[in-house]
Amino acid sequence: MKAIHKRDIAVDESESRVLLPRTRRRRRRLSSVERTLATIVWRTERAFYAEELARADGLLQHLDPRVKVCGLLLLLLDAALARNLPTIICVFAVALALALLSRVPLRTLAARAWLGAFLFTALIALPALFITPGRAAMRLPLLGWPLTEQGIQSALYLVARVETAVTLSLLLVLCTPWTHVLKALSSLGVPVVFVVILGMTYRYVFLLLQTAREMFESRQSRTVGALDGPTGRRLAAASAGVLLARTFQLSGEVYLAMQSRGFRGEVYTLDDFQMRRRDWLALAAFLLAAVALFWLGRRGFAPPSI
Amino acid sequence: MPEIVFDVRDVVYRYEDVTALDGLTLKVGRGERVALVGANGSGKSTLLRLLDGLYFAERGSVAFCGEQLTEAGFQDDEFARAFRRRVGLVFQNPDVQLFNPTVFDEVAFGPLQMRWPKDEIRRRVAASLELMEVAHLKDRPPHRLSGGEKKRVALASVLVLDPEVLLLDEPTAALDPASRSRVIDLLVDARGGAKTVVTATHDLDVIEDIADRCLVFAEGRIVAEGTPSDILRDEALLRRTSLIHAHRHVHGPGTVHAHPHTHSHRTHEH
Repeated sequence: MKAIHKRDIAVDESESRVLLPRTRRRRRRLSSVERTLATIVWRTERAFYAEELARADGLLQHLDPRVKVCGLLLLLLDAALARNLPTIICVFAVALALALLSRVPLRTLAARAWLGAFLFTALIALPALFITPGRAAMRLPLLGWPLTEQGIQSALYLVARVETAVTLSLLLVLCTPWTHVLKALSSLGVPVVFVVILGMTYRYVFLLLQTAREMFESRQSRTVGALDGPTGRRLAAASAGVLLARTFQLSGEVYLAMQSRGFRGEVYTLDDFQMRRRDWLALAAFLLAAVALFWLGRRGFAPPSI
Repeated sequence: MPEIVFDVRDVVYRYEDVTALDGLTLKVGRGERVALVGANGSGKSTLLRLLDGLYFAERGSVAFCGEQLTEAGFQDDEFARAFRRRVGLVFQNPDVQLFNPTVFDEVAFGPLQMRWPKDEIRRRVAASLELMEVAHLKDRPPHRLSGGEKKRVALASVLVLDPEVLLLDEPTAALDPASRSRVIDLLVDARGGAKTVVTATHDLDVIEDIADRCLVFAEGRIVAEGTPSDILRDEALLRRTSLIHAHRHVHGPGTVHAHPHTHSHRTHEH
């Protein structure tokens, strides 16, 4: 029997678990549907499980969640309302400084936010480069399409705003346990029903992901050879249907469990947060920075809209 | 019999074309510890949901302390809240019951619905977590708990209301031996005063610890009733109701031995 070497084993980085022997020649090729499903499950699990940053010894981690929600939201509004690019870049710089002070590796931000946001936004902004009226800055080789200065500017505004907003949002989620974010939203006046739905989504997404992964692995263990496209899609659709049916069943059971403990359609929560001196200081700093950036952002010209 | 807590009369309940309970009649007295035993699909869980006012009978009636449990009755907030305060159900699948973001929130859910003062809620939640030995998990999300821990949190989330009646659906299902033993010990301790406890189980190993009266279910009916020791001695009954089965295993090379098997340390002897 051929020995399996360490280099031939696929390892799940999030939990250091051995998943599948990676034999180079005989490994069954996964269909695109299977790969997509496996990637979604793996990425989502990894994203949710990475709560270790929320317990790190950093600036944002030590602040009251309500201060973080308010402060980062104010900065996000600054970026959204700014009428000039330097102000948006300033907000982005503040976000970077907060990330460094909170021990959030820039590599993490790049992998989880910047790259994806850039690609997604660039795709949306791409037509604006050509269709926004204005002075031609250059022409595409071969095609000869003009890239206008106004189009480039609009695309830059969009990309900068989205990157800044995504960075600020990710900072909140990475530096705060999700349960605290929910409680902060609740104590800041967000309707309790909305917060409870978010909380239950967070709770049950794990269960459904686990079910999806088990279904996927169970099918893999009984599949020999490569599946053709239509068969793969048919099986994926059937799995999605089964998962949906289980979701319905689960939601019915959860509702009964809620009723059994007195749920009558209204939700009540306990709020345990206490503002300390450093929280008030941080809130004041956030307010000051937000007002200054807002003032800077209203100066200059308004960018052409896409 | 002491004061009647549950009076179930000629109840029929169907899931579309499948009959789960078929003309079931039983009474449960205050302070009684009753075990409902039977194979999967025999109607035990359905009965617990009827007793908890979550399902309503298609025919027949269910009364709690003399009051009929009807859908219309539960429209009354005062009645519903009083009933939920007095009767607690622990579901078989703890994932169904643990729907809050943290263990603390989970245990506080019931008291918050009862609109108790917040200080009182914090005190009771802390006590309940201590009782179930899960205080150290209070900030953990439920998906990070083991099966045994989830079960204990589910129990804490019901016991925090200090209900008079405890309904337990397979409290030891899918637990490893150590967790099972711990849950049983905690249940026996938590019963404390004169709680009425109705437990649905097919784990014959635990019924003598958790019950004084045992009802055997098959196809939606009660087919036998007695003390746990009487029921456990009736091998023909247990075999007929699929609670035991013939078990074959190897004693040394080439020797195959077959005998009735209940998965019970009391009856599985060589």
